[in-house]
Amino acid sequence: MQIYLPIADMPISIFLVLGLSAAVGFISGMFGVGGGFLLTPLLIFIGVPAAISVATVSAQITASSMTGALAYWRRRALDVKLGTVLLMGGLVGTVLGVWFFNAMRRLGQLELVIILSYITLLGSVGSLMLAESLKALWSERRGVVPPRKRGPHHPWYFGLPLRMRFQRSKLYVSVIPLAVLSITIGFLGAVLGIGGGFLMVPALLYLFRVPTAVVVGTSLFQILFTMVAATVLHAVTNQAVDVILAVLLVLGGVFGAQFGARAGRNVKGEHFRLLLALIVLAVGVRFATEAVIRPADPYSLGATELR
Amino acid sequence: MVARPLAALLAFAALAASATAARAEGLVVSLSSHHVRITQTYTGAELVIFGVITRDRSSIARQGPYDIVVTAKGPQGLMVVREKVRFGPIWANLEQRKFGALPVTIAVLATRPIPDIATPDLRTRYGIGLEALIPKPGFGSAEDVPFRDALIRLRREAGLYVERADAVTFVTPDIFRAPVPVPSTAPVGTYEVSIALLADGVQIARETTNFEVSKAGFEQVLFQAARDRPWLYGALTAMMALSMGWLASVVFRRD
Repeated sequence: MQIYLPIADMPISIFLVLGLSAAVGFISGMFGVGGGFLLTPLLIFIGVPAAISVATVSAQITASSMTGALAYWRRRALDVKLGTVLLMGGLVGTVLGVWFFNAMRRLGQLELVIILSYITLLGSVGSLMLAESLKALWSERRGVVPPRKRGPHHPWYFGLPLRMRFQRSKLYVSVIPLAVLSITIGFLGAVLGIGGGFLMVPALLYLFRVPTAVVVGTSLFQILFTMVAATVLHAVTNQAVDVILAVLLVLGGVFGAQFGARAGRNVKGEHFRLLLALIVLAVGVRFATEAVIRPADPYSLGATELR
Repeated sequence: MVARPLAALLAFAALAASATAARAEGLVVSLSSHHVRITQTYTGAELVIFGVITRDRSSIARQGPYDIVVTAKGPQGLMVVREKVRFGPIWANLEQRKFGALPVTIAVLATRPIPDIATPDLRTRYGIGLEALIPKPGFGSAEDVPFRDALIRLRREAGLYVERADAVTFVTPDIFRAPVPVPSTAPVGTYEVSIALLADGVQIARETTNFEVSKAGFEQVLFQAARDRPWLYGALTAMMALSMGWLASVVFRRD
């Protein structure tokens, strides 16, 4: 069954889109990540123009992070103060990212930038996560509990000027490293069409030692507001948000996420991280092979601008 | 569905017979519809063009058969063709050429393979066939030829450019019909259809007509809202996403 997308100017199979978004929703529900880093490339792969994919996925991430953030909010498992500080940085990063995006597009190098960033980002984050979870699995098998480095010694960047206290996260930290982190993730999000949860969650956990209980909720809170801004800005600046496609993506994502969350409860923490690492790595490897292997057809059509 | 085109055809033949042709041979053509509406269920469309070759006493007897070439051109657009080039270990789209003001869709429908209909020079002059419609790059830009060829090839693969040798059929020796395809990804705008009558490799008559592709109903409302009221459209889309997200959290509430 086909439905016509009024903004993308193309008919698309309803079941294909629902299936894709449900599959990505399953993964995102299971791991508490937005899934934008999977959904955007998949949409481009099935023929949706890149600009429409990036812009419309931001609406989908808005919906899924709303559901997620509300669940954490009810359990009071999010740090609004920390989330707000991160949100400020995220918005600055988004604006910078959009500016960079347009500058690269003018130079005709956007494609290269996107491919290289996806390879580096997914490759490095995926490898780190894989190494981490393999190490955890290995020591568990040997029956050794690795000592958690949670001593009184804070990393040097905690002590930079402008320190702020975040009671909920039991954190007393300089705003500067938080700003650097959130601006970087906001920037990458705008350029690559991702929410950035898969970067924010490990960064808050490992670099800032935010308690596990609040880290996902806080990240979702920040993503929610950044993505609302991204949806509106994409609609206003390049009219690339397709509301019909967005509704289909949200519907599929909502149901997928419910089943994913249920499945996620039956998976052990270490296996869980190993799986997520493998998924992130797989997407990275897919991009890398596509870039390294000699293309069957070196030519491709770019978007057509109507006169 | 069969009765209507046939009735149209007969009425049309009567009309054509009464028409007085100024030249030896003339063309009278009619399109089955002048409006294609894009609605929610749109997956492409097909119009039918009917035509009659009119003749009078001064018409000379032709040696060869008549050839009809129907060319339907969509609105013009700026197109980009990119080429992947080796860049260190990876292949990246580093080369690109822009093609300005080319029709976004082209359908060339003919009675015979285009090369058999006329010589290359005349085809270029009359604008017959895809090769003739996409101008070759000028002197001193030899490296652009592969990009032009790739443009034609890729748009043919996408179904946007079509060239069919046996699409025009003669119902009687003087009356012909041809299906004009409108691709599923056709943009809105005015599509120009021109019909050329050729005999012995020479064009002896040409007629043009057109049709309009537009969005209708809900599709039209959304399309215009996105273009004319982007702030409202963006805000409503975000609201929609937020409320669906909220609804999901209520429906599937676990705690």
